[in-house]
Amino acid sequence: MTDYVKLIALGLVAVFAAIAANYARDLAYMVHALLIMLMAGGAFLWILRGMDEAKPPRVTPTGYMDDVIRAGVVATSLWGVVGMLAGTWIAFQLAFPALNFEWGQPYTNFGRLRPLHTSAVIFAFGGNALIATSFYIVQRTCAARLWGGNTAWFVFWGYNFFIVLAATGYILGATQSKEYAEPEWYVDIWLTIVWVAYLAVFMGTLMKRKEPHIYVANWFFLAFIVTVAMLHIVNNLSVPVSIFGSASVQLFSGVQDAMTQWWYGHNAVGFFLTAGFLGMMYYFIPKQADRPVFSYKLSIIHFWALIFLYIWAGPHHLHYTALPDWAATLGMVFSIILWMPSWGGMINGLMTLQGAWDKLRTDPIIKMMVASLAFYGMSTFEGPMMSIRAVNSLSHYTDWTIGHVHSGALGWNGLITFAALYFLTPRLWNRSQLYSLSLVNTHFWLATVGIVLYASSMWVTGIMEGLMWREVDDQGFLVNSFADTVSAKYPMYIVRGLGGVLYLTGALIMCYNLWMTMRGAPVKAANTAMAPAE
Amino acid sequence: MDTYSLLREFADSWFLIAMLTFFLGACLYALLSRREITEDIANIPFRHEDAPACTGDCANCACSKFDLPERQK
Repeated sequence: MTDYVKLIALGLVAVFAAIAANYARDLAYMVHALLIMLMAGGAFLWILRGMDEAKPPRVTPTGYMDDVIRAGVVATSLWGVVGMLAGTWIAFQLAFPALNFEWGQPYTNFGRLRPLHTSAVIFAFGGNALIATSFYIVQRTCAARLWGGNTAWFVFWGYNFFIVLAATGYILGATQSKEYAEPEWYVDIWLTIVWVAYLAVFMGTLMKRKEPHIYVANWFFLAFIVTVAMLHIVNNLSVPVSIFGSASVQLFSGVQDAMTQWWYGHNAVGFFLTAGFLGMMYYFIPKQADRPVFSYKLSIIHFWALIFLYIWAGPHHLHYTALPDWAATLGMVFSIILWMPSWGGMINGLMTLQGAWDKLRTDPIIKMMVASLAFYGMSTFEGPMMSIRAVNSLSHYTDWTIGHVHSGALGWNGLITFAALYFLTPRLWNRSQLYSLSLVNTHFWLATVGIVLYASSMWVTGIMEGLMWREVDDQGFLVNSFADTVSAKYPMYIVRGLGGVLYLTGALIMCYNLWMTMRGAPVKAANTAMAPAE
Repeated sequence: MDTYSLLREFADSWFLIAMLTFFLGACLYALLSRREITEDIANIPFRHEDAPACTGDCANCACSKFDLPERQK
């Protein structure tokens, strides 16, 4: 019976998508309508072929639901490479503008590829990592199988379909011009549906937990899911111009729109890239170090302080704008207070290794986790500092901001995700250990040196251009034109690109290592030079 | 008073107090909870790595009662 309902629904979607493709007012919408038509049509055929087949007897599945997490691990690795490749490419486009090829205009220019890069690394790489690890962790810490059966699969495929829609939309020029929220209205609606399903699976598993208490990692994941839902809906309030076109008009305008956008934007950092990844941190670091978190009480205070403070920090993106001064000051003050819980969390993670610091010499995964926390600490100090109005007057609109974002994203989010992938793969594919620990070590150093090159070149170039922009002669005239700063930045742009190449190479090595682990290749002998001195 | 001013007034007085009280309460609750309880929670990740907890209500239950969480013994 449910098969008939599914057939009717999928048939209607496919027919409507075909009609929409015919009436489409722009290219992106037409391509998306065709994609939806193909997906719905394919699912229709899939179900149709299974009709009236003898169904295997329904058994209540036992054990943890890990197949969707395996898919998530693969998707995370692949999207990571795609996003980092796009980032490295656009870094070289900035250094060598000729790489904005004439034959590819406008589809392959910097303006179209930049949101592709940010969304691919944040939402595709980070998002898939968050979904996979949250499903893994919530099951293990609740001692219960995922709630909702195949709903978890709907979340996985639905989320990845959202990413495909978003990415093709950017290339084809469909954007609502909101940073990190570029997808247009119908993609936003789809993501909302997927996200509600995600919340249901997560909450359902929490509710049927067998442990009396909810482990702190789940608190962070829950805050991430709920807050991202709220941010996404409010920031994407818009009216489509036509149901057959991708363009839409925002409900807010002017400074309200700007404030809503940066309330969203900063909390995307705070809840997507921080709270969710802290959830990973609070599970994987204790597991890998094989000791419970340093202070559970501190982790609870970390949680409440973080979510109470982060939500106010957004206005620091709008210093010296039409935004009222009191609002900008509020954002700045809360950003500075936020330094404390961030470092509390970092210290809690690092101190978990107390008594196990020797593992740093032998376990490259622990090394990655520690470096990740160190970068978390560094960027959560740099961020509050940059939010101070006086510092912001120098740093804003310069590449310092880009460097700050990347020391957080590559250092904190990237490294903790890599560590999580290295942790998960042998367990999920039932292997005794990773294919090669020395490759993990190579990855660690490539990534770390890459980040250092990236962050330091962006400090130099950002502060340099900030100083050049504000330099006036004794008559009060500006000394430099904008183009002067662009040519002065050339060497640093190349260093930044090289940093990206190193980081990307590390990610490719990781993919090879994970692939060999999944295939069950014989384990490479450990490098004896790394053995502990006993 | 227009809605904006009214809400603004409320936001930085009573609601601010309410939020601060909740936050301090949450911190206090965490700080005052018993050490045995927090240590027990901190050890959750080390309990059910491979399989969900046995509820002890299946027909041919093979798990020992020590696998069960505290409240179900």
